[in-house]
Amino acid sequence: MRNILAIVERELRAYFTSPIAYVVLTIFVFLSGLFFRSILAQVLQMGLMSQLQAQQLGPRAMDMPGMITRGFLSTMSVILLFVMPMLTMGLFSEEKKRGTIELLLTSPVTDLQVVLGKFFAAVAFFVILLLTTWIPTGFLYWYSSPASGPILTAYLGLLLYGLALMAIGLFISTLTENQIIAAVVSFGIVMVLWLVDVFANSVDSSNGKAVLTYLSVLNHLDDFMKGVLSTSHIIFYLSLMLIALFLTYRSIDSLRWRG
Amino acid sequence: MITVENLTKRYAAKMAIESVSFQVEKGEILGFLGPNGAGKTTTMRIIAGFMPASDGTVRVDGFDVFENPLDVRRRIGYLPENPPLYLEMTVAGYLRFVAKIKGVPKEKIDLEIKRVMERVSITDVADRIIAKLSKGYKQRVGLGQALIGDPPVLILDEPTIGLDPKQIHEVRELIKDLAGNHTVVLSTHILPEVEQTCNRVVIIDRGKIVAIDTPQNLRFQLQGAERVFMEIQGPAPEITSKLKAMPGVIDVHTLGSNDGRHRFQVDGELKKDIRSDLARTVVQNGWGLYELQSVTMSLEDIFLKLTTAEERE
Ligand SMILES: Nc1ncnc2c1ncn2[C@@H]1O[C@H](COP(=O)(O)OP(=O)(O)O)[C@@H](O)[C@H]1O
Ligand SMILES: [Mg+2]
Repeated sequence: MRNILAIVERELRAYFTSPIAYVVLTIFVFLSGLFFRSILAQVLQMGLMSQLQAQQLGPRAMDMPGMITRGFLSTMSVILLFVMPMLTMGLFSEEKKRGTIELLLTSPVTDLQVVLGKFFAAVAFFVILLLTTWIPTGFLYWYSSPASGPILTAYLGLLLYGLALMAIGLFISTLTENQIIAAVVSFGIVMVLWLVDVFANSVDSSNGKAVLTYLSVLNHLDDFMKGVLSTSHIIFYLSLMLIALFLTYRSIDSLRWRG
Repeated sequence: MITVENLTKRYAAKMAIESVSFQVEKGEILGFLGPNGAGKTTTMRIIAGFMPASDGTVRVDGFDVFENPLDVRRRIGYLPENPPLYLEMTVAGYLRFVAKIKGVPKEKIDLEIKRVMERVSITDVADRIIAKLSKGYKQRVGLGQALIGDPPVLILDEPTIGLDPKQIHEVRELIKDLAGNHTVVLSTHILPEVEQTCNRVVIIDRGKIVAIDTPQNLRFQLQGAERVFMEIQGPAPEITSKLKAMPGVIDVHTLGSNDGRHRFQVDGELKKDIRSDLARTVVQNGWGLYELQSVTMSLEDIFLKLTTAEERE
């Protein structure tokens, strides 16, 4: 555990001594603010419209804070899709390029500890990113009282989604010495996992359709956003994460063999 | 302390080392000498537990690198060919990280970092960013990294590469200083390095061990004008004993004979030219002198010879 923490700590320090952390944080906070504002405007507009309708058709309940958070956090999931490859791209590729991997792999630390240390560091940074979205979400709580349930499940969903995608990015970063390539390839894979359900439409067999739809990483977020906790979605993200972490672990092993 | 047996490493298509065996005693400095591509780095990486061997075993302090990797790694300080430095860290921060992953107890870390920085003379740059340091300092930080936790075995892959002569001298003195309490294996493709620092030398070429000896022996056997080849006609045993009895002569070997002419190898004391004395002795005894040739080969030449011998075959 101490070994894992040492690696996490070093990696987090590395994030914050390189410009990446600040660039990512700034862009993320800026974009999330921007999107929050436009979603807010949209929902308010809808609110006005429905008030007009209500005058004619009688009052209808409308969960405006809920709509705002749902819209906002769904948008975040797309932005994070672009951000996550940046968090994981250097984790192993830089170690390979600089030769520091030789220090890690000859220290009295197991390969699993190395993999987990790296992974948790990325997760920690991801959590920091998620926490910044509490700034706009906090405003909602200040001015209204949104239902907390869906917000919590939405955050849980985003976290699980992040775990899965970053594990994939971690694996990709073991395959190259070039962090830009690692980022681009991770991004490509993530895009494919995002868009597979589009391909589903062009597949004839219904089984194929089902599989492709199932693989789509964003589909599994919908229920979380609606406040529905379903084991199948949790299992989907966790198994994606475990598979990718296992591949990472194996990749380190083969890296040893290849030297 | 280190036992390497029949170590073989195959990369995808290429044999990097083949049946390499040697031992390193406790407190010894063993030099691993060979040209680029000989397999030094490969051997050291296997000993340090970075990569598994295709065949053969390595034991460090009784532990097998493959079966008890963590026990072995705890006992080894390893300086890879490219010092494994996190460039964005400060020197002290880096050594602190190394101390943590090497399992130095928390309360001892500060003291250990201080000790190591003093040992490799980097205390003055403790708070500097590694990326900004000179090559010499970087190399010393790398060496410091290997010393963290005071492991009994040090594996140093080309520790003086890229340093200027003064820095090279400092690093060599440091390594000599470390011996005794530490068992050191260092690799180099520079000859004077092993002569100056090592107790024993393993010469390796194209993955195979070519010679194992003390540098004194290698030098003595191979170096300079002190070795003379002679071809003499006369009674071999008498010639041998008379030559041996001469002042300045240390040893005489018979290399073979042909038609009553015998070939001898005469080793003289260093820095003494005994050729004219030898000639006089032969003539005074009435033997026939057919050839007298000083072997003007430095260890460096021989090293080249040793390592290209196979090519000529
Ligand atoms: N990762 C690798 N993959 C393939 N071949 C390698 C690898 N590392 C080293 N080699 C080859 O193995 C041989 C020994 O290399 P190395 O151990 O680095 O030699 P040295 O350290 O003595 O210069 C060389 O011919 C080298 O090309
Ligand atoms: Mg080498």
